[in-house]
Amino acid sequence: MLLKRLTDACGMPGGEGEVREIILEEIKPYVDDIKVDRLGNIIATKNGKPGYPKVMIAAHMDEVGLMVKSIDDGGFIRFAQAGGLDERILVSKPVLVGKNKIQGVIGAKAIHLQEKDERETPLKTKQLYIDIGAKSKEDTEKLVKPGDYIAFDSEYVEFGNNLVKAKALDDRAGCAALIETLKHDYNVTIVAAFTVQEEIGLRGATVAAYNINPDIALVLEGTLCSDVSNVPEQSYITKMGDGPAISLMDSRTIFPKDLAKRIFDIAVKNGVGIQYRLPSAGGNDAGAIHITREGIPCAAISVPCRYIHSPSCVMSKDDFEGLKKIIKLFLEDIKEGEYIRD
Amino acid sequence: MLRDLLKELVEAHGLTGFEHEAAKVVEKYFKPYSDEIKIDKMGSLSAIKKGKAENPKRIMLAAHMDEIGLMVKKIDDKGFIQFTNVGGVDQRTLLTQEVIIHGKKDLFGVIGSKPPHILETSERNKSVKMEDMLIDVGLPKEEVEKYISLGDPITIRRKMLNLKNDMVAGKALDDRAGVAVMYECLKELKNMNHDCDVYAVATVQEEVGYRGAIPATFEISPDIGIAIDVGFGSTPELPKDETSDLGKGPCIGFGANIHPKVYERLVKVAKEYNIPYQQDIYPGATGTDAWGMQVTRGGISTGLISIPLRYMHTSVETVDLNDIKNAGKLLAYFIVSLNGEDLEGMLCY
Amino acid sequence: MINNDLLKRLLETFGPSGNEEAIREVIREEIKDYADEIKVDALGNLIAVKKGNGKKIMVASHMDEIGIMVTNIDENGFLRFTNIGGVSPFTALYQRVMFADGTMGVVGMEKLDEMKDLALNKMFIDIGANSREEAMKKVNVGDVACFYAPFIQDGDYIMSKALDDRIGCYVAIEALKALKNCPNEVYFVFTVQEEVGLRGAKTAAYGIDPDMGIALDVTSTGDTPKARPMEVKMGKGTAIKIKDLSILAHPTVKNLMIETAKENNIPYQLEILEFGGTDSGAIHLTKSGVPSGVISVPCRYVHSPSEMVSVKDVESSIELLVKVLEK
Repeated sequence: MLLKRLTDACGMPGGEGEVREIILEEIKPYVDDIKVDRLGNIIATKNGKPGYPKVMIAAHMDEVGLMVKSIDDGGFIRFAQAGGLDERILVSKPVLVGKNKIQGVIGAKAIHLQEKDERETPLKTKQLYIDIGAKSKEDTEKLVKPGDYIAFDSEYVEFGNNLVKAKALDDRAGCAALIETLKHDYNVTIVAAFTVQEEIGLRGATVAAYNINPDIALVLEGTLCSDVSNVPEQSYITKMGDGPAISLMDSRTIFPKDLAKRIFDIAVKNGVGIQYRLPSAGGNDAGAIHITREGIPCAAISVPCRYIHSPSCVMSKDDFEGLKKIIKLFLEDIKEGEYIRD
Repeated sequence: MLRDLLKELVEAHGLTGFEHEAAKVVEKYFKPYSDEIKIDKMGSLSAIKKGKAENPKRIMLAAHMDEIGLMVKKIDDKGFIQFTNVGGVDQRTLLTQEVIIHGKKDLFGVIGSKPPHILETSERNKSVKMEDMLIDVGLPKEEVEKYISLGDPITIRRKMLNLKNDMVAGKALDDRAGVAVMYECLKELKNMNHDCDVYAVATVQEEVGYRGAIPATFEISPDIGIAIDVGFGSTPELPKDETSDLGKGPCIGFGANIHPKVYERLVKVAKEYNIPYQQDIYPGATGTDAWGMQVTRGGISTGLISIPLRYMHTSVETVDLNDIKNAGKLLAYFIVSLNGEDLEGMLCY
Repeated sequence: MINNDLLKRLLETFGPSGNEEAIREVIREEIKDYADEIKVDALGNLIAVKKGNGKKIMVASHMDEIGIMVTNIDENGFLRFTNIGGVSPFTALYQRVMFADGTMGVVGMEKLDEMKDLALNKMFIDIGANSREEAMKKVNVGDVACFYAPFIQDGDYIMSKALDDRIGCYVAIEALKALKNCPNEVYFVFTVQEEVGLRGAKTAAYGIDPDMGIALDVTSTGDTPKARPMEVKMGKGTAIKIKDLSILAHPTVKNLMIETAKENNIPYQLEILEFGGTDSGAIHLTKSGVPSGVISVPCRYVHSPSEMVSVKDVESSIELLVKVLEK
């Protein structure tokens, strides 16, 4: 199952290889041209009819994870964050180290040995380490080296009311939706960009947009959803189950209102659940794309994800289906001559 | 196979006070090696293997089968579940953990809370408090209430993880590793002649105050009681003199909670049979079933064997399988060493 | 129908832990015509037996209340004291206390820079004496006082000191009187020294060696403004305990209580208390173990001189206990 395969795969910023392989396999039969650029972005073109605009659709392949920094004398692995995450979630989690996915655990001092203020202070990344069960430094060094990527060990689980728990739903959900989109035909020309290194600064999107230089761009993401009980409603950002969320503003982009509204209205007209993503901190590939060259009109549509940037990211399958539907509806709604720039 | 037993034990769900699922696994594996299985009023399971002597003395082995975890406190209007802890749960390990709520049906859930971007700066540098965390089962309140009620037990969903060098990681190795030791011991004893009656007891509710061990000991009234629990395994940030090393053998406890003759005999047996061992010192309480056992009835001569374990009370506790095997051997040889022994003489001060 | 006269006597009688003689007599008087046998054990527990052939059930409610003990009398007649049981300096401040002989005093405090530094050792009791000699005519070091707060009952609520656990005693007394066709042998134990560590219950249970234990006590509620989160609410029924720090209620006892409540349409709530304990904590670990549970009366402001319960909850508790015992 595509989403499961994508979320099971490991791809940290700069190390997206495993994900890239899966996507290349998947899209080959449906596109006219595939390129992998200097940073590792997949650029896949599906030609449409003349007179219709070139639409760039971006979804990033990288996930937030960790990287091996050093191996200490006892064979324990010191690590750094690859991409931003809340340090407080690291403790007591299983991980997979390196290409060979060596099983490890991020442990912590037993509660019995902690002082009271220790219990209330989160452990910093540099105090933590990964235990793979090695006997010595040499033992570990046979299997792991500094620079190896480390992913959370979290499997794909369906539960609750049509929900999915998996790691990396940000943004494998976007990648899966984009792959689906490529399986249909449109009047517009689509250039799909499966980007790299979004999590460390929208790096892949920056160069992809420059090369593609589209008329208009769509960014597919997994986004914040904090509709949990002890959060005031004004801080939800998005609500699970209310459909894909269209961005209005975030810390990197103020989205053109008419474009966002157009997509919103199309959804409503076609009975597809849709919501606006409330302005908040956070950014996505649109932040880089919309200011490329002379500027590109951009819209961002995202699947709400609870506990984003953690091993237990949760998304609604209904919202995911909604995302795929709305992309298709929007693309089909674009008329000849629209958005074309000279 | 020890690894298979341990996997089944560790993946079974047996929160303190709700140990029946774990008890079933214990019964399954212990039955072939014992003469009788008994379950007492509190739920502790005893596997009894009779000895050869006319008036056999009694040895009680105790390892607790309960694990720390959580309990449903409230189901809120949006279907999220507030919870409290049962036993010493480190709240810093909970964020984004996967859990199972055991109600009329088992429900899968994720522990979440407010994401960092909406916290005040002062809040961001503190651990999230348990009362601010919620379990998300992805269902609306009405659905949740069909299956879950207040007081339902919640355990962490964690498969046993195979690490290198015969090490494994998982939840509840405190103290299912101890239970596995008793299994290894019973296996060894099957082919040995022993005078004493052996009671291998998988106790309940140790994590909230050895509440299973106390009545169990009262009931059995053993001559010697040995608790098998876990000890602090060494990791980079801990002082060497407070921890023991994984893979270097089980720890034999020494201190007020342990009868000196029991300690001496355990060490003697280990040396005689070349079983690797380490020593653990306890000036006062050991924090194990042995503490409760020692002062039951008129007093019991107690001993303590600990399996070195890293990251205690997290869901990635880590042990070395060889330590478990060696501990099982050590206990079996210890029991056999008591053949023909005048226990009264041995245990008097 | 609430028996205000009995309640008043129970609540206002002197009886801090270790000094339960007065309250024991009040209770003994009340129950002597209803029990088959009455005895007092070595620690002072009052045990009333209602004979039967079935299971041996121990029903425990504690007679003792929190209080203070005089540790020193200064030259000006002010008394220094320490706590008996869980006494918070913030609830004790400026309260009236009463000694066994009726001598009254008030709790005062030294000047403090920060109120958060308030502690019992910065407080004292003033009995209006002008000198040590005058004070010693009435009070001596080692004397014990309880808090003074007259009993008030209005509509559905009762407000008083010592609802913890004289209301439990009340429930027990009323249940004892109401028991008709009880197949079981029930030991109504009015225990001592619960507040300092469940001590009376421990020894009483050892002596009785029951098949089942039921404690009657109070529990907190979560229904006041910005309260510690808790599901129990005053007025919503008797509370069947799931867990507190001293016990995980035995499933057979807990389920028996829930089924009985459902069968008889008795309003009930499920209770998880994240602090505190009850006599069942001691009873269930006796000898080879005793399956035990607790029936609690939801109570606001526990361990203050103005504890509050709902009459309806008290009545539900009595009814539940009677129906469970008769099963």
